[in-house]
Amino acid sequence: MSKLNRLLASIGLSAALLSAGTVLASEITGAGSTFPYPVYAKWAEAYKAQTGVGLNYQSIGSGGGIKQITAKTVNFGASDKPLTPDELSKVGLIQFPTVIGGVVPVINVEGIQPGQMKITADTLAAIYLGKITKWNDPKLAADNKGLKLPDTNITVVHRSDGSGTTFIFVTYLSQVNAEWKASVGADTSVAWPTGMGGKGNEGVAANVKSIKNSIGYVEYAYAKQNKMDYVLMKNHDGQFVKPDDVNFKAAAANAKWKAEENFYQILTNQPGKDSWPISGATFILMHAKQDNADSAKDVLKFFDWAYSNGDKLAAELDYVPLPDSVKKQIRDAWKAQIKGADGKAVW
Amino acid sequence: MSTLLRDNQLKRQNLLDILFRNVTRLCAFAVLALLVGIIISLVMSSSLAINEFGFGFLTSSDWNPVTEKFGALVPIVGTLATSIIALLIAIPVSFGIAIFLTELSPQWMRRPLGIAIELLAGIPSIIYGMWGLFVFVPIFADHIEPWINDNLGQLPLLSPLFLGPNLGISVLAAGIILAIMVIPFIASVMRDVFDVVPSLLKESAYGLGATTWEVMYQVVLPYTKIGVVGGIMLGLGRALGETMAITFVIGNAHQLSASLLKPGNSISSALANEFTEAVGDLYTSALVELGLILFFITFVVLSLARLMLYKLAQREGRGA
Repeated sequence: MSKLNRLLASIGLSAALLSAGTVLASEITGAGSTFPYPVYAKWAEAYKAQTGVGLNYQSIGSGGGIKQITAKTVNFGASDKPLTPDELSKVGLIQFPTVIGGVVPVINVEGIQPGQMKITADTLAAIYLGKITKWNDPKLAADNKGLKLPDTNITVVHRSDGSGTTFIFVTYLSQVNAEWKASVGADTSVAWPTGMGGKGNEGVAANVKSIKNSIGYVEYAYAKQNKMDYVLMKNHDGQFVKPDDVNFKAAAANAKWKAEENFYQILTNQPGKDSWPISGATFILMHAKQDNADSAKDVLKFFDWAYSNGDKLAAELDYVPLPDSVKKQIRDAWKAQIKGADGKAVW
Repeated sequence: MSTLLRDNQLKRQNLLDILFRNVTRLCAFAVLALLVGIIISLVMSSSLAINEFGFGFLTSSDWNPVTEKFGALVPIVGTLATSIIALLIAIPVSFGIAIFLTELSPQWMRRPLGIAIELLAGIPSIIYGMWGLFVFVPIFADHIEPWINDNLGQLPLLSPLFLGPNLGISVLAAGIILAIMVIPFIASVMRDVFDVVPSLLKESAYGLGATTWEVMYQVVLPYTKIGVVGGIMLGLGRALGETMAITFVIGNAHQLSASLLKPGNSISSALANEFTEAVGDLYTSALVELGLILFFITFVVLSLARLMLYKLAQREGRGA
């Protein structure tokens, strides 16, 4: 009996210690998309070192993030797919972007080096629709004079899991190709007309690397770190551009962000001669009306700090920071849109 | 005084007995309650999809998150096909392993081989998946699939099954990986039950001039069939529910095709892939319904196995 008592006592003691721990250190909680998780984690580490305020971010996926913030179990949600202003107002949320990423089509064709192959939007859509099935198709050959294209079948690789990367990619295809828009459409996962699915960026990258004559699409960081054969894409202004951070930033700078539309902005096919056409931002979701103004302020302080100090950390991980003008717009939007229970602005 | 003490002791022991009985009963019933709870929650969460699609869910091969049209045919076919392929390969191989280990292997080799097989069973499935994707699939695509296309693909009735692109990633590759994963389970159960066959029986058969094969097939197998079927069911159960290894090599394509060399999908792999980013109630509900179907398939398979064992036992009774 006394043993049991001792055990119970020690459990009680450790429980008390644990709860005391959580009370002492204030903590922001968030949940959502997996794509920005590395940069949020990096920011959180640096932020905690400076301010003592920690971030508990659970990368459970955009869908989960939206559900969690709607249910108010976290301070903020995160989604790769922006919600439309209608969807947001229905549940009383506001949203703002944090970082930009680019999606890069990658290929594995013998004899072709990174950046040699040029692809137009229509050709890319036709490949993913299963209409162009050979690498030496006349359409591809017309854009790639001087390249020796093999007479082999194209194997299409896409994501098997729902993902923000897919959303950006198919949003682009929907924008530039009417047939894609009518028959497939855009979402975090779609009914692919052809090809095979790889799980995660790493799954697609592995499939493209191991299957000859394949094409896939991955997050920029993956293409860069794995030294994959990227292609040049023809952008809105008719230029063939390379996927790199400068060109992603150009796309973000040339976009028209509107705070009143909750920054609902998909960065695909943006004008500008340098703009990489398949770019996209990732978003934070918060309630417009905050029951607890203090914790909301903690969240905003964190992102304010990240906008001011986090660019370098983001760039190290191959994310692209937002242009300064957009950051200013976001801070203004916080002032205007997020209110405490008493109706006063939180920020 | 001493009798009183003993009485007390007895009473206390009796109390402990009752307590013990109730605790064990609670444990057993907790499993039942959990099972019922899981079924109820699966049905409730999938009610949206059940109402929307009805039985059409089982026969439709659509899977379109954009228009929210869902059907389970492709994953159901994929789950069954990969499991059947796995068993077709694993049963004979495991049988061979078990025969070798119990009858033919030299004594000193038995323990290390047996331990090696059990170690195989302990490897996490993600490792099989990675190994499958990075090592097995390229070899399969370059060397085995061309051979299958040229030979099996030319057979009159089987050709639709075995003609396809040489991608490596395919339903067949997933089935083979699964076979490798379930072999240790089936083989170790078979070895254990073969070991309990009385040597008297075997030696009598040998004494009558039977070959090893005849002894295995006509003495050992009939004696141990319940255990053998049990081992196979254990393997099948694992094959049906396996997720990570399949996800890596099956290709995750929601496309119905007769060819085993084309990418497909399985129920558990579709769940693992799509659950996190499933936005929208109907989509989530359709995924939960997939889970319910897997639950149902497993239940039916295990019930059939029970029935088979029961019939076997009955026939035995009549024979004797």
